[in-house]
Amino acid sequence: MTGTILGAPDIGRALTRIAHEILERNEGPEHLVLLGIPTRGVPLAHRLAQRLAEVEPSFDAAARCGALDITMYRDDLRKQPTRSIGPTTLPKVGIDDATVVLVDDVLHTGRTIRAALDAIKDEGRPKAVQLAVLVDRGHRELPIRADYVGKNIPTSRSERVDVHLGETDDEDAVILSGGRS
Amino acid sequence: MKHLLGTQDMTREDATLILDTTAQMAATQDREIRKLPTLRGRTVVNLFFEDSTRTRISFEAAAKRLSADVINFSAKGSSLSKGESLKDTALTLQAMGADAVVIRHWASGAADRLAQSGWMHGAVLNAGDGTHQHPTQALLDAFTMRRHLVTEPDGRGLDGLTVAIVGDVLHSRVAGSNIALLKTLGANVVVVAPPTLIPFGMAAREDISVHYTLDSALEAHDFDAIMMLRVQRERMTGGGSGFFPSPEEYTRLFGLDRARMDRMPEHAIILHPGPMNRGLEISAEAADSPRSVIVEQVSNGVAVRMAALYLLLSGEEAPND
Repeated sequence: MTGTILGAPDIGRALTRIAHEILERNEGPEHLVLLGIPTRGVPLAHRLAQRLAEVEPSFDAAARCGALDITMYRDDLRKQPTRSIGPTTLPKVGIDDATVVLVDDVLHTGRTIRAALDAIKDEGRPKAVQLAVLVDRGHRELPIRADYVGKNIPTSRSERVDVHLGETDDEDAVILSGGRS
Repeated sequence: MKHLLGTQDMTREDATLILDTTAQMAATQDREIRKLPTLRGRTVVNLFFEDSTRTRISFEAAAKRLSADVINFSAKGSSLSKGESLKDTALTLQAMGADAVVIRHWASGAADRLAQSGWMHGAVLNAGDGTHQHPTQALLDAFTMRRHLVTEPDGRGLDGLTVAIVGDVLHSRVAGSNIALLKTLGANVVVVAPPTLIPFGMAAREDISVHYTLDSALEAHDFDAIMMLRVQRERMTGGGSGFFPSPEEYTRLFGLDRARMDRMPEHAIILHPGPMNRGLEISAEAADSPRSVIVEQVSNGVAVRMAALYLLLSGEEAPND
């Protein structure tokens, strides 16, 4: 199965559901901080924060949302061309004793999340770290799982999953391509 | 980028990439834990044939903040002072597994020689060669100016800014690197120095304005930044070989004091690569004024060198799997 797997309405619904799950699991938004992993985790984190604020007006979306760049914590820096470093912006409240929800677009090998956990460790000591992803495509190489998943998409390793978002691309869509049949 | 040798051949894209990376590195230096794991297991050698405290500790701090191992190799008290050639030193470093060599040398072109020789395969970073180039100093100056004078600096150059460089342009590798980089980034460069300290041919260049007194330069231009170069006493003294009649006269014509500082636009900043000769090229009032960014230059220096080491050392060595 290739082509567009999720359209804009599907992505919207998935994010709304994840927002409710986050609130349920954590019994409210008091200690929540959302950190998006650049590039596309950042707009996703902002959208989730927006939805949390719609459900719980006490939640200040802008003040509880940030970006966490993990480039300098990757374990494959020497296997790739030099990567440019993205911005890290932490919310003013900091992440000490907060419940941090990491937000990324695609969960694949788990190595990005491993790097993110290391990056968080250098920024502070949260009470708990949870993981929200729009797409889980399988093929984990590390013992890591997501707490909140928009959609599980079984893939083969040779396939590509591309997430397009209105903020960074032209449209909202999850596209599956490549793949040897 | 394989090496960082100078700013003359640096493209605008590369320069902006280094400055943008510097901004991210600087942001990590405000945290409680400043150390990043990025270059764990890589070895950086500081190879210093000339005395330098600031540049060496700045490179050392940068490498250590990125978790690289640092080996300091200075001329005094080592095989270098026993007459070992640059080639043999390079072969030694190669055998020790140096991934990057930071070299400061009294001879212009030493860094290029090391990079192009094939004696070693690591990256070469020029930390000052003779009177030629000192690229990380120019990059940290550009970063400091961009941070203060350009709104939303990410991705931008220094377009339209007017920058004065005052002092011994002839012998200064800082000036050599700065002039090239400032032009690449789109700034207007004004050079102020006694005629004896201006490189041959510079006065004829159309893309640089040259002034022979600081007062005439202040009259003619509104500076956004003024960079005071150190009067290198070791190169100026000696009967008959002096480049200007007396330090007092130099101060009178080129020193930055309160009165001259007040003639600059209010937003203008003051830079100095250090170490300063207070009372000679810059008065204490100017050096300690709120417009002075001289201390900030030092911390930006660490961030710039982190960015350079990251960009030179993090890329692939083996082909993709």
